[in-house]
Amino acid sequence: MARRNPSTAAVTAAPLTLALRTGRRLAGRMPLHLALIGLMVLWSIPTIALLVSSFREATAIASSGWWNAIKEPLDLTVDNYQRVLEKQGMARAFFNSVIITVPSTVLVILVAAWAAYAFAWMKFPARNVLFLLMVALLVVPVQMTLIPVLRLYTDVTVDAELPILGGRIFGTSSFVGMWMAHTAYGLPFAIYLLRNFFGSLPRDLFESAYLDGASDLRVFFRIVLPLSMPAISALAIFQFLWVWNDLLVALILLGDPSLAPMTLKISNLVSSFGTNYQVLTAAAFISMALPLVIFFALQRYFVQGILAGAVKG
Amino acid sequence: MATVTYDHVTKRFESVVAVNDFNLEIPDKEFLVLVGPSGCGKSTALRLLAGLEEITEGNIYIGDRLVNRVAAKDRDIAMVFQSYALYPHMSVHDNMAFGLSLRKTPKEEIQQRVHEAAQILGIEELLRRKPRQLSGGQRQRVALGRAIVRDPAVFLLDEPLSNLDAKLRVQTRAELSKLHQRLGTTFIYVTHDQVEAMTMATRIAVMKDGLLQQVGAPQELYDRPHNVFVAGFIGSPAMNFFQAIVKGPRGKMHLDIGSFRVPVSVSRVNDLLPYLGKEVIFGIRPENICDPECQPPSTEAAPVTAMVDVTEVMGSEVFLHLVADGKPFLARVDPRTTARPGQEIRVEFDMARLHAFDPTTEQAIGLGEKR
Repeated sequence: MARRNPSTAAVTAAPLTLALRTGRRLAGRMPLHLALIGLMVLWSIPTIALLVSSFREATAIASSGWWNAIKEPLDLTVDNYQRVLEKQGMARAFFNSVIITVPSTVLVILVAAWAAYAFAWMKFPARNVLFLLMVALLVVPVQMTLIPVLRLYTDVTVDAELPILGGRIFGTSSFVGMWMAHTAYGLPFAIYLLRNFFGSLPRDLFESAYLDGASDLRVFFRIVLPLSMPAISALAIFQFLWVWNDLLVALILLGDPSLAPMTLKISNLVSSFGTNYQVLTAAAFISMALPLVIFFALQRYFVQGILAGAVKG
Repeated sequence: MATVTYDHVTKRFESVVAVNDFNLEIPDKEFLVLVGPSGCGKSTALRLLAGLEEITEGNIYIGDRLVNRVAAKDRDIAMVFQSYALYPHMSVHDNMAFGLSLRKTPKEEIQQRVHEAAQILGIEELLRRKPRQLSGGQRQRVALGRAIVRDPAVFLLDEPLSNLDAKLRVQTRAELSKLHQRLGTTFIYVTHDQVEAMTMATRIAVMKDGLLQQVGAPQELYDRPHNVFVAGFIGSPAMNFFQAIVKGPRGKMHLDIGSFRVPVSVSRVNDLLPYLGKEVIFGIRPENICDPECQPPSTEAAPVTAMVDVTEVMGSEVFLHLVADGKPFLARVDPRTTARPGQEIRVEFDMARLHAFDPTTEQAIGLGEKR
């Protein structure tokens, strides 16, 4: 075989049926598939355990493992959810989380897309230095900024009675303050991600559009945005998850318990209901529900977006 | 419809001079081809005209209007890019209508112009498709269509055929020539392929290292190249060059190439007289070297004995790679030739078609006189 030249090898390989070849390829990939399935099961177990436990009675949780629920499916109950949503104010916390997260995500995308377009395609002095500074901000830990931001917020508190948004327009314990903080924390990565994606769009497209008579504004809306949906969707999911799952910023900047998002609420539940797992599991699963829905809805874009800019063209 | 004038145009990218003191006037309705090797500045010259690059020095006029400070979109030009640059998320129709809708052209007129252009290019049935559903040739037509609907004063084409396969390229070449005749607009076309230049151009401008080497009709460039570079670049296969010394009395002037010598045509003796005893670069095209066994000799045939290194059969002709005195050269001969690799054969140089260049300046000797 070794002495055969490539053309004779090809002639012998030709009669192999397609099925045989497909079978061989599958067999070759089997270890990879097994490893992936194994990892996936391992990673999913805690989530499944959480889901199952959240539907079990307190006594059942205390006496047996979550997998026993499979044997006694009729013992499952939605009491835990009822209790968490009604008595513990989790419904309001869910609402607060949405109010904090959605604008914080939209704002980041709006500002970052503009900035990224400018960094990628507009010529202005010190463009590269500014971009470098922006990227350098990625290494600043959020924790370092919390005290200065908190002091700033207490100094510039603006009070006003407003529906939904509470008693404060800006400062600590205000939704606007949370939006500003999350937007600022999210921007360096967002601009970095989008600039690299925009930068990988072919130059000819922009030049062609300029020659067609398009202004920067038109190019941005008619060419760049439609072509960048994968990157923007990925960024939207990232930013949404970060803000939704944030505890630290909310803990520091939100003093008013009525504005607390779910993360804060759950952490309070942990301290007051240390042993009441059934309540905690239901609360935790409620907080996971929306991100899961969003992830499954946009997962196609998410996977494409992670690869955004990795390969040019 | 407009004349285009480059007036002492220079473009520098930091220390690199991409286009150097470029002067060229392109009359209305001309098909001018800018040709040269990669990095010679031909695309930059085109982009300067399009307004995609800023001019460092000099002026560019479209018609009588100085356009140095005019934005690209206001120059009344349309450009076809090498990559076609079609908007991937828009249908063929929208790609073609994009420029018109930005210029607030009435909808009925947009429809009419898009359909007219599509009809000219034979892409009417593709109007609803997206670029990714098109073949390379179809994309190329859409890119052309996008330029046509704009009805510009000048068409700029930046290597528009280089992404097509060889057969389609030949076909599209003829179609572009027809399109030029039909539209009657100034075309400025950039390519590195001298065959495209020769076949389509009204005039060719040859560039090298940012400098314009020669401008002229295709046949003029082929017959009377101004320097060694143009002589070697225009014509395929390329011209053969030999280092030679001009020797002999006036009546029997010849070029000494080492192991062989060839007589100078009577008509060229006066040109070469100042070089008597000095070195020149002697050039002869492969098609001016023949195999006397199967072609009648020319009136000024000079026999040369050479060793056949390789033969390339093209069907209609045969390329003989020959070596004489260690110097390789190429002959393009009749397919009936019996020459085989390893043989020693006698070929004949048609000395009436001799080209001679000064070895220091590389400029052609005796330019401007009838040859």
